[in-house]
Formats: sequence, structure tokens, C-alpha cells
Amino acid sequence: MLEIKNLHARIVDDGTEIIRGLNLTVKAGEVAAIMGPNGSGKSTLSYILAGREDYEVTEGDILYNGQSILEMDPAERATAGIFLAFQYPMEIPGVATMEFLKVAMNEQRKARGEEPLKVPEFLKRVKEAAASLSMDMNMLKRPLNVGFSGGEKKRAEILQMKLLEPKLCVLDETDSGLDIDALKIVSDGVNALRSPDRAIVVITHYQRLLEHIVPDSVHVLYKGQVIKSGDKSLALDLEANGYAGVIGEAA
Amino acid sequence: MNMHAQPQRTLAETALIDAFGERLSLLPGDGAVMVKRDDAIEAIKHGLPTRRVESWHYTDLRRLLTKVPAFEAGAVVKALAPVLEGSAVMPVLNGVSNAKLPEIEGVTVQRLSEKLTDGSVAPGLDPYGDDDAIGALNTAFVADGYFVDIADGAVLEKPVELQNLQAGGQSHVRLLARVGAGAKAIVVERQAGEASEDGEALVSSVSQLVVGDGAEVTWLIVQEQPDTATHLAQFKAHIGKDAKLTLFVMNAGGRLVRQEVVVRTTGEGADFKLRGINLLAGETHTDTTMVLDHAVPHTTSTEVIRNVVTGKARGVFQGRINVHQYAQKTNAKMACNTLLLSDDGEFSTKPELEIFADDVVCGHGATVTEIDHNHLFYLMARGIDEKSARGLLVKAFVAEVIEELDDEALVEALEERLDGWFSTHG
Repeated sequence: MLEIKNLHARIVDDGTEIIRGLNLTVKAGEVAAIMGPNGSGKSTLSYILAGREDYEVTEGDILYNGQSILEMDPAERATAGIFLAFQYPMEIPGVATMEFLKVAMNEQRKARGEEPLKVPEFLKRVKEAAASLSMDMNMLKRPLNVGFSGGEKKRAEILQMKLLEPKLCVLDETDSGLDIDALKIVSDGVNALRSPDRAIVVITHYQRLLEHIVPDSVHVLYKGQVIKSGDKSLALDLEANGYAGVIGEAA
Repeated sequence: MNMHAQPQRTLAETALIDAFGERLSLLPGDGAVMVKRDDAIEAIKHGLPTRRVESWHYTDLRRLLTKVPAFEAGAVVKALAPVLEGSAVMPVLNGVSNAKLPEIEGVTVQRLSEKLTDGSVAPGLDPYGDDDAIGALNTAFVADGYFVDIADGAVLEKPVELQNLQAGGQSHVRLLARVGAGAKAIVVERQAGEASEDGEALVSSVSQLVVGDGAEVTWLIVQEQPDTATHLAQFKAHIGKDAKLTLFVMNAGGRLVRQEVVVRTTGEGADFKLRGINLLAGETHTDTTMVLDHAVPHTTSTEVIRNVVTGKARGVFQGRINVHQYAQKTNAKMACNTLLLSDDGEFSTKPELEIFADDVVCGHGATVTEIDHNHLFYLMARGIDEKSARGLLVKAFVAEVIEELDDEALVEALEERLDGWFSTHG
């Protein structure tokens, strides 16, 4: 489903190269964890997948279902089924959360040639998704993410993911800022989305999240490259011994 | 008016002075009113204000008012469906009020032409300062409008909508309202028109409001003139003891627009809120100028103006807060935020605080920004295309001010006006 080939990318503003020859393949139905120390390029990778303009791909390619997505803007990628759950979801004053959800869902439906959702059906879906994440509907009456706590923002991201039903989900440090209970709720939400035709990429610092969302593969990112891949035992190994050993091995 | 001797009258000045001579016999008013009219036209004879007059620095009326249309309207115009459903509508059509007045409990309505004829409005026709060009223009030519008196303690179930509608030509209208002690009312002042055949309209409209002690008034000015109109408007209010006035001004039309807001707190505990939205497009010029006097102790005010500038539009906000010497414990806050969406657009902000009391809290701030790229990316990352995402963000920027009104029916109705503007200018 996702094939990243020899990807090189830099920050447009100052030309700093962040991704330096990254290779990664994630198949449909697979949950892939990407781990790595601070500054290894994890968040940058997630932004590049979503199409953020602050980064420029200088070499290599990203294939999604066999097609290059490099020329697609963020909206086109999203309607094609790519979803990024942000590490720091944006607060947008003045944009009502419900209005935003409706516009986003209907824009995606439009792109797929489907009719817009009728209001009762839309409300039903939002209510069900919110209930499954233990979210108060009153929260959704507020402007998008405004005044939400860190945990509420993360839940709202998963809520959007549930409603938009993407094919490739990228979760950027969704566990940061969550307490144990919230972590469980959010993980359950993600696990409910696991399916044979959907791939999930989980970016995280800690093994903790992977106890709840058990990955099929684990990849260690360092200095903009995947330096080691393995199964879920690799995450346990990292937890026990830190990144130093793996980095030393690769060097 | 300014007293600078002008070297030569402009076409517009000449046209106004000539029109006064021709119209005089048709204008209603007793001797007292006629004296005010004479003073007003004298002021115009001294010349329209130029950029050398401080309060007109950003709106050089003498240069910008290039043409004055003939008096006659280009077409008939009909009353509009009200902004707020169920409102009692009082239309002024091409400068003429309706003889059939609505019957509302606790409210007495009179046609202004009658109050001009009997002279009872004469004292209110005085200018408010030295450079009151709008007041002078209106006083010279005003022929009609309404006087709305809301009885003490009356709580209006339905909003009142005063409509000033034109289809070309000139209309000069006054809308007077007194809200009695402890009364509550929502008033919509609708300023709109149809583009006329020969394409020019000159409107002057002066609203005067007295908010009685303990009364609560929400006054909404919805200005949606066609881009053939010069719209010169003034809103003047006195706010009594423990009374609250929320003034919402939405400018979403007109070619040359100046909306003046002249407010004075006259009783302790008075509170004034000004919320303004300027939606500017094309090659238009829109000026909102406020002069607020905190004249007694313990009064509060907040002013929030949000502007969206597109095309080659120019906008101005001047906000002057005078805190008088005895007006201790005044609390005033003013903010003007502009979203500049084109390289050719322009917005000028001039906040002024003049404080003579020593125990007050006053502040002001102004920002000019573009669309936040992080916000845009977030919305697009959810599948919303760039155009729609920009539209959502621009609307959000101004909708914030509307949502603060905290009245669902009001918020919905105004957002509908917003959507209307965005659908034709987005």
C-alpha cells in the first residue's frame, strides 16, 4: 500500500536535509511502528506523507497503491485515503467542529463521487464515533480544538479518522500527552480500525503505546533513514536497551 | 465643518449647494428646522473635508465624492424580508417612510417628516463637532425617516427592523429611537439598495439613539449597498445608568462608505460594546470611524473590529476613546484585526486614546495578517480543497465576532449574510 523509495527531503526555508535515503514498505492490513530518538525525522516523515509544503522532496519517491503522490496537494492525498493524526492538532478559532467535520466528510465523499451525507445520518455517525471514544458531544459544539486539553485533541484526531475512514493512517505520537485511561481509549479506537484493506503507521517514542496497538513490524528511524526493521520484539529490545545499541550496529 | 477656504468648489460641492436651492421649498420643517438647514448648507459651502482635516485624513471626501446624482430615484424599490425572522419592518423607500405604521405593544412610531414639520426634532439636528460633514449633509436635506419610542420597561418580543432602501438618486434619512428605562430591544438598521440604471446613489443616514437607565439594546447595522452607492452614515447614542448597548456593524457593500459611530456614556455603570465586520472587495473605500466618550465614572466598553480585504479595496478604522477627567474606573479595550487577502488591498487603522482621568484601564491593539498556513494545511489534510479551506478560514476570522453575540437567532441570521457575501465575493 505504501512504498517509500530512497526518499530524500529537506526543509524549504533553510535547505536542511532531514530525510536521507529512507526506504519503507507497508502492506495493506499491516500496522507498522516507526520509532527513533528525537530529531531522527519521524514527524517530518509524517508531514511529508501528508503533503506539507514546508518540505521538499529532492530524490526518491512515495508510492501509494503504486502511484506517486509527490505531485498531489494535501487535500488530494486526503481524499485518496491518506490520513495524518497530528502530534499537535491545530486550534482553529471560528471554525465550528461540527461544521468542519461535515465539510471534510462531504468533500471526501464528493471526491469519491458519492452524495453528501444527509444531516441525520451525519449526526448519527458523529454521535456513535464520539461515544466509542468517550467524547462529550458538547465538546464538538466548540470551535475546532479550541480549549481542548491535550488528550481531548488526540481523541478528536481519532474521531476524525474514524469518520473519514482512510486507507492509510499515519499517527504521529498520538500517545504523547495522554494518561493511561485516555491511552487505552485512543488505542481501542485505532485497533477498531484495523482491517485487511487498511494500513496503519504508528510513530512513537515509546514502547508503551505498542502494548495497546500491537504492531506487525517495527522500524527504527535514525538521521533520516530506516536503520533497522523487525517484528514487535524489536520494540521491546529498544525499550530494554535504548537506541544506542541499534545505532551502534548500523554505524 | 472645516474652515479652510477652498480655492474652488468641486462639482460635487456645487451640485449640493444648487440642489439645496432647488429642494428647499419641498423640504419639511418649521422655522427652527430651517435655521438648522441653513447652518448646515453654510458648512458645506465652506467645502467638504479633505485629508488635511484630521478626522477625515484617510477619507478625503472632497476628492472621493466626485459626482452627486440628481435627487430622483432611478426606480421604485420594495421592502426586503427582514434579517431576523419575525421582525416588525419599517421601510424607508427612496427616502420616504411608510404611512402605514406598525402596531407594536409598548412602541410608538412616528414618521420623521411629521416631526420635522412640527419642529420637535430641531435640537437633534445640530452637528456633533467641527468636522461633521455627514451631519451637515443630512441636516440640510433630511426629509423623512422614523422616530421609534420604546416605553419604559417594555421588553420587545420581536426585533424591529428599520430599512433604508434606495434605487439610485439621493436619499437623506434619519432614524431616531428612544429606549425607555429598563426596556429591552433588538433593532436592525438595514442599509441597502439596488444598482440603478444611471448608476449613482448618494445616501446619508443618521441614527440617533438614547438608551435609558437600565435598558438593554442590541443595534445591528447591516450595510449591503450596491457598488454604485456612496453611503455616508452616522450612529449616535447616549447610554444611561447601568444600561447596555451592543452595536454590531457589518459593512458588506457600497463604493464609498463612511460609517461614523459617536457614543457617550452618560450614567454610571453604562456598558458599550462595538463589534464590527468590514468585508471589502473591488475598488471600494470603506471607513468606520468611532468617537467614544466615557463621560462619567465606572463605565466600560470593548470594541472589536475585524476586516477582510480583497481586490483593490481600501479600508479605514479610526477609533477614538476619550476618557473625561471625572470618568474614573473606566475600563475600555479596543482591537482591530485585518485579514489582508490581496496585494492591492489596503487597510489603515488609527486608534486614539485621550485620557484625562488617572484611575482607568484602557488598551488597544491592531494586527494585520494573512491566512495562517498551518491552519490551511490542517484543513486540507482532511480533504478540504484549498479554495474551500481558505473560505472556511476567512469566514471563521469574522464569524468569531458574530458568535460573541451569544444569541442563536442573531448569529445564524448574520452568518447567512456572511455566506451571501462570500458566495459572491469568495
